[in-house]
Formats: sequence, C-alpha cells, structure tokens
Amino acid sequence: MGQLPPHLELQRSRVSCNKDAPIHTESIQYSGAYASMGIDNSSRLDRFSNNFRVEVVRLNEDDMEFDMIGIDAAIANSFRRILIAELPTMAIEKVLIANNTSIIQDEVLAHRLGLVPIRVDPRLFLAIVENDQPNEKNTIVFKLHVQCKRGSPRITVKSDALKWLPNGSELVKETRNATSDSSSKPETYTYFCCSQETIPEFVKNPIIPKYPDIIIAKLGPGQEIELEAYAVKGIRKTHAKWSPVATAWYRMLPEVVLLEDIEDDLAEELKSKCPVNLFDIEDLGKGRRATVARPRACTLCRECIRGDDWEKRVALHRVKDHFIFTIESTGALPPEVLFTEAVKILEDKCERMITELS
Amino acid sequence: MEHGSFTDNSAATFSLTDEDHTIANAVRFNLNQDPRVTFCGYSIPHPSEARVNIRVQTTGDPAREVLKDACQNLMLMCRNVRCTFDKAVEDFKASNAVKAMKIDSQDSSGDDSEESE
Repeated sequence: MGQLPPHLELQRSRVSCNKDAPIHTESIQYSGAYASMGIDNSSRLDRFSNNFRVEVVRLNEDDMEFDMIGIDAAIANSFRRILIAELPTMAIEKVLIANNTSIIQDEVLAHRLGLVPIRVDPRLFLAIVENDQPNEKNTIVFKLHVQCKRGSPRITVKSDALKWLPNGSELVKETRNATSDSSSKPETYTYFCCSQETIPEFVKNPIIPKYPDIIIAKLGPGQEIELEAYAVKGIRKTHAKWSPVATAWYRMLPEVVLLEDIEDDLAEELKSKCPVNLFDIEDLGKGRRATVARPRACTLCRECIRGDDWEKRVALHRVKDHFIFTIESTGALPPEVLFTEAVKILEDKCERMITELS
Repeated sequence: MEHGSFTDNSAATFSLTDEDHTIANAVRFNLNQDPRVTFCGYSIPHPSEARVNIRVQTTGDPAREVLKDACQNLMLMCRNVRCTFDKAVEDFKASNAVKAMKIDSQDSSGDDSEESE
C-alpha cells in the first residue's frame, strides 16, 4: 500500500481556503478513487478504529467542546442532525386553564409555558401515544396558581412558580353520574396509579424548571392565573420546544501554513494583521521570524492573505477529518450523555434498516 | 421497498419512508467505501415528503446484501465512536479531578507555611 504524492494527499485531506473561495471541499470517498495509482481508498473498519480519536477540551455541566479525529463529515453531520432534531425531551404540551384574568391571552400563556426547559431525565418516561391516557409513566403535571391582590403592586410570574404535582392532576372532572359515592376518589384528568415521588431518581431531585427566573407573565392588581400543565415526551422535529440542545455545531480544524520564511518587517506586519493573534514572533540571532502559535483559534477571516503577494506566503487550510464539536445543553441531560444518546439513535436507525432489508 | 429488475439483482433503488439526510448520507458514505460498489447515491424526491431513494450498483453482488453490509458497518462504527467517546470523557473527568486535588493540596500546604511563620 503506497502513499499518495504530496499534492494529491493535500487535495484528499485538506480544504484549501483561497482568497475567493475554498477548493477541494468534497471528501473523496469512492473506494476506487486512486485505483490507477494502485492505492486502496476503501476504509476498513479496523483502519477506522485504529485512527479514530476523541479528545475532550472542555466539559461543564451545561456545555462541552471536544475533538473528533478520523471521522468523515457525513457521520459528523448525522450526529449533529440527531442532536438537534431527534433526541427526545420533556416539555409542556397540554395546559388546562381554570382561571386566567391576566392580560396575557390563554394561547400565548400556554405557548410560553411550553418553551420553559424542564430539568428531568427524559429516559425515565415513555412517549405518549394517540389514545393513551396520561399516567405517571408518560406525563409530568405542573400547577401554577398566582394571584395579585387588589391594592398590592404588580407581580411578575417567574418559572419557579410552577409547582410539580407528583400525585397527578388535582382538577376534578365533572361526572354526570350524580350518584357516585363520595368514598371513591374523584376522577381527575390524569390517571396516576402511584405517586411519582416513589421513583428513586425523583426523591432527591424534584422535577423543576431548569432556570427559576424565566418570566412567564405579569399580573396587575386583581388578576389571577390558575392552571395545570402536562409535560410529555417529544422530539424537536414536531416542535422546537422539545429541543435538548441550545445548539450543537462543529467546525473543521484550521491549519495555517507559512509557505516561505517570513522575517523582520513582514513578520511584524503579519502579526498585526491577524485579529485573533495566532502568529508569534520568535527572535533568532540575526533577525525575527514569524511562527504559527495558535492555529486552532483561526476564524478564517482571511486577513492574512489579503493584500498583494500574501497568498504566496501564507496558506490557509482546513483538515477534513478533524472536527471540533461544541454541544450546549438546555439542561435536561448533561452534554456527554446527549452525545452518547445521539449515537445510540443512529445505531437504532441502522438496525431498523437492516431488519427491513432482511 | 426495493425497485430492481428480476434478472439482475446487482443494481437496485431502495425507497425508505420516514427517513431523511441523517441516515441517507451516512449510509451513502459507507457504501462508497465498499470496493464492491460501482455507483451509489441518494436523493429526496420532494422535501415535504419524508422519503429517501438510495441507488446502489455493484460489481455482481446482490445490491441488497451490499446495503445490509454497509448498514452493519455503520452500526459497528457508531459503537466504536461511543466507546472511544465514553473513555475520553472518563479520562478527562479523572484528570480534572486529579488537577483539582493538586490545587487543593498546594493551597493547604501554603496555609501551613504561613501559620508556622
């Protein structure tokens, strides 16, 4: 197995960002692409597992940044699409409004409640199907009851006013059967068999909205809001409120190559051109020389190749198989769990395709 | 759903419902890597309808088998990605915990020296 000559290797593994537009952007995937040179471009699974690496750069409770090296853009994009659109989360879907005398209309209030992120692990719940009854396995019930008394100043209703009801709905359905005995439990809008508090994960962490200071409504004196909100599981394809990530994106690793030695005045000029300071000047005995110190910070603004002759001295590339992923979670799940779940979902899709084909 | 000819099963178009670029591009990439494939591509006939057509032409092997192998490869690749990622996250957390401990111990030794003075 030979190596490709350097100009072809550059074409295969780097995107060249020229002054006007990038070239060589497509990834050369065809297994027979270099067959005439006797080089096998097909990627075996063992070669992939040997070359593939992940390096975590930053990991917080809410966001993370990591590098994936040795993977192709098609797979990285699939992960990004799944992270954004197909990871299930819990969000408020149905709102039963008992009383709303505020100036916020019912539907606007319900829409705002739906967009509040809830801090709960969606894997503990089942998705609700069309004719299912809401029970403790697929619904979370919240209650909001705020009142602004006459004579008191205006109040702002924030998301910490949403109280979790682990025993289900408290609004009683009107039964037409007047002879129902008072000893039986009154029928409500949910059918909880047992309290959700008994589930061990919720004993120590009650279900609350992730951010307690989201403004939901504002009440003037004499106005009242009383409602119950049911949160169910869904995916962002249906509506954006079910998005598990604030956003997730990737970029390819930038590479800055100095094609010739840049010395003295030119070096100073180069260093001052770059807005993110990626060049450094190193002092040699007989003069100063520019070096590339922080290529990762490059935003590809192309300032360093603007002007006459600079294109001959500096070359900007992007490495095609090195992706810098950033994931910002909305709070339901930590970002590393989100990525693992996204990969599992891609595996499930493949499995479904395989069973359909057999 | 497979549209092919009864006599020649080395070329076929597979029509998948409820799918989009997410799985189609990944499968197309894997198909390209397979040396038995002469041509492969996917298209989405209309963006409002969730349907993908994947076209596979091979050097003689049945197209269905080649597509199945590509899906298997993709699954194994995903498992590999997951393992590597989990290990990297664990290593990062462990090294961060060590760093935090080192900073703590440096702080406490600094306090001791101040007290002794």
